[in-house]
Amino acid sequence: MPTIWFCLIAVMIAAYVVLDGFDLGAGVIHFWVAKDDAERQLVIRSIGPVWDGNEVWLIAAGGTLYFAFPALYASSFSGFYLPLMIVLWLLILRGIAVEFRGHLTAAVWLKFWDVVFAGSSLLLAVFYGAALGNVVRGVPLNEQGYFFEALWTNFRLGQNTGILDWYTIIVGVAALATLALHGALWVGLKTDGPVQARSRSLARRLWWITLALTILVTVVTFSIQPEVPANLTTHPWGYVFPAIALFGLASMWWFMRCQNDFKSFFASCIYITGMLTSVVFGLYPLVLPASTNPAYSLTIQNAKAGEYGLRIGLVWWIIGMALVMGYTIHVYRSFAGKVSADAGEKGY
Amino acid sequence: MLESLTVHRLHFAYTITYHYLFPQLTMGLALLIVILKTLALRTGDEHYDQAARFWAHIFGINFAMGVVTGIPMEFQFGTNWAQFSRAAGGVIGQTLAMEGVFSFFLESSFLGLFLFGEKRLGPRAHWWSAVLVFVGSWLSGYLIVATDAWMQYPVAYRLSTHGEIQLASFWGLLLNPWAIWQYAHNMSGAVITGSFVMASIGAFYLLTKQFQDHAKTFVRVGVIVGLAASLFQLFPTGDAQGRMLAEHQPVTLAAMEGLFATQQGAPIAIIGQPDLQNKRLDNPLQVPHVLSFLTYRRWMSEVKGLDAFPQQDWPDNIPLLYYSYHVMVGLGTIFIAILLLAAWKLRSGTLYASRGVLWALMLSLPFPYIANTAGWMTAEFGRQPWLIYGLMRTAQGVSPQVSSGNVWFTLIGFMGLYTVLSILFLFLVYRVIEHGPREP
Ligand code: HDD
Ligand code: HEM
Ligand code: HEM
Repeated sequence: MPTIWFCLIAVMIAAYVVLDGFDLGAGVIHFWVAKDDAERQLVIRSIGPVWDGNEVWLIAAGGTLYFAFPALYASSFSGFYLPLMIVLWLLILRGIAVEFRGHLTAAVWLKFWDVVFAGSSLLLAVFYGAALGNVVRGVPLNEQGYFFEALWTNFRLGQNTGILDWYTIIVGVAALATLALHGALWVGLKTDGPVQARSRSLARRLWWITLALTILVTVVTFSIQPEVPANLTTHPWGYVFPAIALFGLASMWWFMRCQNDFKSFFASCIYITGMLTSVVFGLYPLVLPASTNPAYSLTIQNAKAGEYGLRIGLVWWIIGMALVMGYTIHVYRSFAGKVSADAGEKGY
Repeated sequence: MLESLTVHRLHFAYTITYHYLFPQLTMGLALLIVILKTLALRTGDEHYDQAARFWAHIFGINFAMGVVTGIPMEFQFGTNWAQFSRAAGGVIGQTLAMEGVFSFFLESSFLGLFLFGEKRLGPRAHWWSAVLVFVGSWLSGYLIVATDAWMQYPVAYRLSTHGEIQLASFWGLLLNPWAIWQYAHNMSGAVITGSFVMASIGAFYLLTKQFQDHAKTFVRVGVIVGLAASLFQLFPTGDAQGRMLAEHQPVTLAAMEGLFATQQGAPIAIIGQPDLQNKRLDNPLQVPHVLSFLTYRRWMSEVKGLDAFPQQDWPDNIPLLYYSYHVMVGLGTIFIAILLLAAWKLRSGTLYASRGVLWALMLSLPFPYIANTAGWMTAEFGRQPWLIYGLMRTAQGVSPQVSSGNVWFTLIGFMGLYTVLSILFLFLVYRVIEHGPREP
């Protein structure tokens, strides 16, 4: 039962990164691909109706984590207190930027929110990457299963780590590149004309950067967290996950060459899912490795909630997700197609 | 310096109180917008569609504020109350996760359609999107209230061998009797906020002689719905909450009422200041026997005062609890009075010209917010010193590794950020009101 929940939460997190990832990415790149206000408005409108729904995946994943693995939720959220609060502030600023930008047309107002939108999207992408890096690297859990990490210490690995060290920064930058690429593909898909052309060429450049960073991250991860290669050697079928990532990356390149926007965006989704599932597979059954003493690590067994709760949760979770699929498809259908330059569509 | 527990509590209290300013209007307006859209569909009159569109603008801004301030709430159980989350997450995580899965997805998906899709959808589908936004927001209200109700009155759990609190009955948790009354009372409070906001803006337009057609609709709908909700707030829901307290948290009830000594035929205090030094109510104005009657339906029944309980189980801030409760009940009474008067004038057809009543309606806008906040303060201070009533003390729930300095830092950060947000919010809503319910 805990294994099922482990997988389901991984799926929800992957869904969050794939979906919110494209609107974060669009935020990161919009200054590059959109050169004047009308074009930037186009970019924002391409995510306007969906970004909030995308962000709900974060909330739903957080809630699910809370009830399925309360000890993990308690320990990681209090241990990552500072970065989480920063993430919250960034989410607030970003949400406000998207929602409130369109209410006024004064140039300074627009410019201000554009900068807030780009800056918060960029920092969020880096922080998400760094968070993943922290989990992979392990944290200084004590005997009771708690820890507290400073934002940074000396940027080195070892006993006295901070949220940011050389490893987590690398992962953060890799996440930034990946999501920027993902966002560029989304904008390419939803627009036409010059914005689309610029997004496509930006995506081609970002692809190379992402490739280089993927290789780098993989190599350092294998060397700093022995659990990952160990898991792959004992369960060689696990190589399918990195293989999925590679397949996504390669097919993305191919579809970008053919200028097939939809398929290259889809390939990027596959790539991201592949990368995340590889990490998750590599850690299983750990959910939060301890850098202090391996015996303090949180695993799916010592972090799980009561059996009855997990079973009943599965029932409503499946019903709930079926509904969510239904209306997500409905909404994306209703807003299918390119966003157009005519402003008459604006609801508010 | 305050000790770290106090700072954690302040942090949570500040962020949740601020958050709740927005959902109460969302939930209230969601119902009122459905009413307007239904009138539009029934009568085919463009007037109601315009009115609905005007309120949808305000709803959209308000909703965005609710979303961005709600996300921190979800995180704070883990960041600030880690030991509580670890012990009780298996239970309260259920309702919180269900809120995400069942209501937030529903709300956010259909709100996008409702706000952006009127042209694409056609009238009937657009009506449906309004209804689904309403269902989503009211469902989310239920699930969050059920979470809080479980902390007030824990049911359907069992203790594991490691001292964790595990879920024992899913339906027991969802159908907690406390949750049902609390929900009814709380939602009706949200409808009061929505109605007063609508009536108040309508009254403002009438007094300034703008958009008079729409203004009359706003005042009419606001007054009728608001009156129904205000009466429902007092009876049966407020009354039922009080009797649940008498049964399950008698010490809280004693503190709320400022009843220090156990007595038969206990009086109800209209005003008076609780005096903890001398353990009595100073300068009281009391109506004899009424409290006994309200709680047990008999004039002479015995009501337990604070002296019946060990002092360590008393709520830790009795004066604040007492004043919050009296502010809520006092305002509730005033609302009923204002709305009865307005409804009577509405029937006799003189309301739109009664400047006095219109002024009262216009100026009443902030008071439902105050009443709702005071109500929550009553509930939350009344629960002290327990985090989960009878099971876990508040002091045992806090995050052990997060020092008070860090919490101060983030608390001040939230205060600064929320101040900026408040200014932006008021500015944008002001622009919508200034523009009024006409087409662009
Ligand atoms: C517009 C808002 C509003 C108004 C006018 C009232 N209330 Fe209220 N009250 C609330 C808004 C509220 C609330 C915010 O919704 C609370 C907080 C928690 C809850 O369940 O509802 C609440 C809680 C609450 C409680 C429970 C406190 C606890 O759980 O410890 C009682 C006993 C009452 N109310 C009683 C009343 C009575 C007798 C009223 C007489 C008119 C009244 N309320 C008016
Ligand atoms: C489901 C909803 C809610 C939950 C689960 C909840 C839970 C909590 C928790 C965990 C605390 C901190 C522990 C404590 O000091 O008691 C708290 C305190 C508090 N909450 Fe709530 N709360 C909820 C709704 C609200 C709302 C809507 C408001 C106000 C509008 C509110 C007002 C407060 C206040 C004022 C405190 C501080 C009490 C004190 O410090 O003594 N709560 N609540
Ligand atoms: C500690 C308790 C609370 C938590 C964890 C919480 C969490 C959240 C979150 C994450 C959102 C954003 C949803 C989105 O992205 O669409 C939100 C919005 C909302 N919350 Fe809260 N909330 C709390 C208290 C309350 C209370 C007490 C109520 C009402 C009774 C409430 C009602 C709503 C509603 C209706 C929304 C929709 C958005 C809006 O109304 O502006 N919440 N909440």
